[in-house]
This record gives sequence, structure tokens and C-alpha cells, in this order.
Amino acid sequence: MTEARQEVSLGMPQLPAPAYPAEVRARLEADAKEVIARYPDSRSALLPLLHLVQSEEGYVSRTGMALCAELLGLTTAEVTGVATFYTMYRRKPSGDYQVGVCTNTLCAVMGGDAIFDRLKQHLGVGNNETTEDGKVTLEHIECNAACDFAPVVMVNWEFFDNQTPESATQLVDDLIAGRTVEPTRGAPLCSYKETARILAGFPDQRPGAVEATGGAGPASLVGLRLAKGEEPHPKVVAPRGEQARTDAPQQTSASDPDHPAGPAAEEGE
Amino acid sequence: MTLAAEINDGGGNNSGASPEKLLSPVLSAFWDEPESWTLDTYKRHGGYEGLRKALAMSPDDLIAYVKDSGLRGRGGAGFPTGMKWQFIPQGDGKPHYLVVNADESEPGTCKDIPLLFANPHSLIEGIVIACYAIRSSHAFIYLRGEVVPVLRRLHEAVREAYEAGYLGTSILGSGLDLELTVHAGAGAYICGEETALLDSLEGRRGQPRLRPPFPAVAGLYACPTVVNNVESIASVPAILNKGKDWFKSMGSEKSPGFTLYSLSGHVASPGQYEAPLGITLRQLLDMSGGMRAGHRLKFWTPGGSSTPMFTDEHLDVPLDYEGVGAAGSMLGTKALQCFDETTCVVRAVTRWTEFYAHESCGKCTPCREGTYWLVQLLRDIEAGKGQMADLDKLNDIADNINGKSFCALGDGAASPIFSSLKYFREEYERHITGRGCPFDPAKSTAWADDKNAHQGVNA
Repeated sequence: MTEARQEVSLGMPQLPAPAYPAEVRARLEADAKEVIARYPDSRSALLPLLHLVQSEEGYVSRTGMALCAELLGLTTAEVTGVATFYTMYRRKPSGDYQVGVCTNTLCAVMGGDAIFDRLKQHLGVGNNETTEDGKVTLEHIECNAACDFAPVVMVNWEFFDNQTPESATQLVDDLIAGRTVEPTRGAPLCSYKETARILAGFPDQRPGAVEATGGAGPASLVGLRLAKGEEPHPKVVAPRGEQARTDAPQQTSASDPDHPAGPAAEEGE
Repeated sequence: MTLAAEINDGGGNNSGASPEKLLSPVLSAFWDEPESWTLDTYKRHGGYEGLRKALAMSPDDLIAYVKDSGLRGRGGAGFPTGMKWQFIPQGDGKPHYLVVNADESEPGTCKDIPLLFANPHSLIEGIVIACYAIRSSHAFIYLRGEVVPVLRRLHEAVREAYEAGYLGTSILGSGLDLELTVHAGAGAYICGEETALLDSLEGRRGQPRLRPPFPAVAGLYACPTVVNNVESIASVPAILNKGKDWFKSMGSEKSPGFTLYSLSGHVASPGQYEAPLGITLRQLLDMSGGMRAGHRLKFWTPGGSSTPMFTDEHLDVPLDYEGVGAAGSMLGTKALQCFDETTCVVRAVTRWTEFYAHESCGKCTPCREGTYWLVQLLRDIEAGKGQMADLDKLNDIADNINGKSFCALGDGAASPIFSSLKYFREEYERHITGRGCPFDPAKSTAWADDKNAHQGVNA
């Protein structure tokens, strides 16, 4: 009976979403009031509130959307219309760690496609699917404004720069094993729910979170170092003359024993 | 003599000019300090001095000063920043708003995110100055959601600024009151378009609005609103602190000042290079080690994927608004994505087009339907299932999107199609006649040559 009911849709309307337990609701409502107070018009709080309900359940449930609608005086249809427009709102329960591999053109060409393929194979999941233990949700993401660190992987929206298939495989293995994982730029990982709370506008209170990984990343500093007359990069090839610029054969990494690894540095290993 | 003139006088391709002379770090000047993002560090480097000078002027004089400096928008369109401020009607009795567009999502663009990570106070100081000028008492930073490390530092910088009296009531005793709200988006490229951003900030789906009315008249909550890019606003404090003449001594007459160039892809040293407007890609590559060893430049974008691509013929195009425009593209966000000869241009354009199809908000039919069909055709061509007639069809569909939608997303989607067919039509044809892609994607990866090198050593 139950199975048949799930398979056959009779076009019946869904029952109203169940309410949050009173304690959860009271807590979310207090947070929501704080968020709403930041804006001249309450509806502006909708995106942060969707992040907030996501921080409760790890995804935006019908219960979460109903609460947003009630608090802002909107219909659930209006809230659903917004929640389904934005890619960061998950529509189903997902993993503790959202692993996003950039496969927009530049990262894809630099190796993002190979990393994404390797992770799909290694984890046995496809795009936007979660490992059976509920730890890792894999997805391919669009350009994340870190092209000078390509190829880029994001975990719970912290930067893991200059990845390879090997480093990314190690990364997800560490996440699944519960080992501490630190990004190249950003704070030590917290859970996806905790990340969603920061996105709702509640600052990360963990000591050292703001300071973690220091100032600018290495690629952000290459121009500054050059301008100061410092060598920007330990592996930069020697400046070349007129001819070698674009069309003439250049010295290859194979013929340059001092720099066997070539110019592509591996960060964060 | 301007710095640009010095560059030009350097002779020919300027391979002799030193990076110290060609680069001009301002916003990035102290990013290498251990705690570059803190208020302390910022103040040690002249932070909030520009604000003091601004508050000593009348708001109208301040707008005129920024206009005279020649600062142009760094988000892509290059509209004069001071003029945008001037468009705000005064004495209209409505609240005015400043909304900073920190939704940096254009493929290849990666300047605002490192800027905010390393130096968020330059933006906050610029916001206070701008709000004083346009008589606004509430500003918003719309930051894309996918960059939590940056969000953390913005939260902290705003907290520090309130505590130090740079935000809140009667800032520095001037009587200026200002609230600043940091707002995280939720993943939608289209929200980088200013009117879609405003709809999103109002709690709606991010879809562009028909203009007019322009945001300066009816923006956020239908009130006069200035929407500026992060880098534009962050550049204002230095202009106030060091003077407009100093600013105009860099760059060219019509494109004065300094800006962040983001070098990425198959280059030896990808990263941020802050330089006067008008530097060339050749100069940037020469000073930074060129393309990765053993390879040559094939194609590149001057300002993200929405700007028509260039080839190695364009290495000496001055990277300012006029120079890039005259060469048939746009300066855009100065996102210099460089691809070498191992890269398949059809693969690159297909991927960008998939992006535009995914990110099209669905409001305008030409963009929504056109990007879908472009993807179908491109995937077939890349897989060796295309026909010669498909190439004209691509051009035709792109032409039916370009200029026929509410916002620039459609135009952006057409750019890589037009420009790649212009410069690399023969490569498309090879995919069709050869029934597949002649390139090996493994050779394009960042580690491709590492492996070769190791094999070479071990063999």
C-alpha cells in the first residue's frame, strides 16, 4: 500500500508542511527577528531567512519555507519561487560537506573536469548526489572568482586552491574519515549547517576563524611582489627576449632541470 | 608626463621596462602584511584619511571631485562613477541607497574577492564617502554567497568600523549617520546585473528590470539608488587621500587611474597585478614569466567570458576602455584568462555557453531559448556530430540573442560565439570534417607538463 502510494501520483495536493517543534521554532523566530530588523523592508530578509532555515535542517524544507512565508507575510508559493531560483538552497537532505568542483571553462581546462571525473568515480556518486554515509555531496559549480588559483574546489564554500585529482581524492577521504581538513583560504571547516548560519548574517564566533590562513593568498600577491622588486614566484621562468614570447619554441620544463616541476605550483599540499 | 606616457616611451614592446615602473599597487599595496584585513593595518597605511578629507567638503563638491578624477566603473561597463552619484535627485524627500555589487561571478573574474579578503576596509571607507556624497543613510554590500571566507572578513571589518565610529551615528562627529548591511546572495550569476541585484535584495527572484526608470531614480524600494562595483568604491578613498591629480597621473586621459588586472590560465604566474590603465598583456606576461614553459598563447579574454576573445595578434592592445573597445572587445572586468595552444576553442566556448544557458534567468525569450539551442549545437559539434550549416546557425542564433534581451547576459552569451567563429572558424570546421575533437584535454591541465617532466627525468 505505502509503496504504491509513493509511486502513483493522483495529482492530490500535498498536505501542509509539518511545523517545527516549538523549541526550534522559538529559536528560529528570535534569529529571524534580528535578520528582519536589518532591512527597511521585511521581504529583503527572505534570502537570509532561507539560509537560516537551511542552517537548521541542512536543506530548505517545506517546513522551512512555510516559516519564512509566515514571518514575512508572503505566500508559500512566493517563497518557493525564490528558493528554487537560487542554486545555493538545497532542495533535499544532503551531506555534511558540500564538495563543489569548478568546471567553468578556465578551471575545467586546467584540470577541473579531470578532478570532477575522478571524484565521481572515487565516491561512486554523480552530480548533486550524496555518499551513502551522508558525509559528502558532490556537485560541479560555476566560476567561483578564484581563477588565478585554478583548478579550484570548494568545500562548504571555503577555498581549496590549485587542486589535482590526487589532492581532491585525499580531501574527500579525509572528510569521510572525519580528519581535520583546512582550506588554503578560509577557516577550518565547519558543517554545512554552520556555514549556512554565517550566510544568514550571523558572524562566525569560533576563535581564529577570521584570521585563519592569513592575508591574501599567494597568487593575489604576485603583482605586489614584482612591484616591490621581489621575485613573485619561486618557479617563474626567466624573462625571455623578443622572439620567445609567443611563437618561438621556448625552454620546456623538461629541459630546465632547476625547475623540474614546471611553473605550476601546488598550493596547499 | 603620465605613467602611461612613460610606458609608451619605453620603446616598442617595453621588454626592458621594469615591473616596479609598470605596476602601481594601491589597493593591493599592503596585502602582504600578516594581518592586512584589520582596521589597524589599514590605518597604518593611510586608512580613513580620505574620509576625513571628504567630510571637510560639501557633498556636491565631493561628487564634483570624484567626477573630475575621471574614475570609471570597474565592474565592466566603465560608466563614470561621479556621474552616477550626480544622477541621484536631491531634496526629493525619499531615502537614498548605496548598493555595492560584490556579486563577482563573471567567468574569469577574480579581483573583488581577493580585494575584500585582504583589504575590506578600503571598501567600507569608500562606502562612507559615497553615502556622504549622495546623502544616503543606509548602504548594502551584496556579496555572492559562495565565498564564506570573504563574508567572515566583511562581518569583522564592519564590526570594527562600527566600534571605531566610522559607521553608525554622527560619523567622526560630522553628523553623518550610516547603517551598513552585509547581505549574502544565494548563487545566481544574473544578480551581478544591477537591476536583478536590486530585485534579489528585495527578496525576489533575481530578474532584470526594464530600464528606464534607472536605479538612480527608482532603484531599491523604488528609491534613488547608486549601484557601484566593489573596486570602484574601494578606489575612492585613495583618490581623496592622494588627490585627483595623482590619480590622473596614471592611465590615459579618458581612462585614468590604477586597476586590478587578473591574470589566469596557462601562464607562468597567475595572479593579481595592479597597474595603471593601458598596460598591455604583453607587458604583463613579460614581467611575470610569460606563458607556461614550452607553450604559446592561443586565445584570451580581456575582461571575462562575456567580452569577445582576443588572440596573440592583440598582445599590444592597451588594456583601457578605449583601447580594448577599438580592438573589437570590451575591457570588462580585466579578467585576462589566457589559454595556450593545447586548448580546444570549441570546448571552451561550449562550456561558457552551458554556463550562460544555466544562468539565464528565463525572463527574455531570446536569451532563455537561444542559449539552450546554442548548447545543443555546440555539444554536437564538439562530439563530432555537427554539420557545416551549424556554424552559420550558431552565428544566426547568437545574433538573435545579442541586443534583444533586457540585460547584458544575452549579449555576453553571444560574444564568445561571434569572436571564436571570427578567429577560429577553421577549428570548428575541423571538428565537423574530422568527426570529433582533435585535442587531448589531458595536455591542457595544470599538471600536464609536470608528468612529462618527471617521465623525462625517470626515462
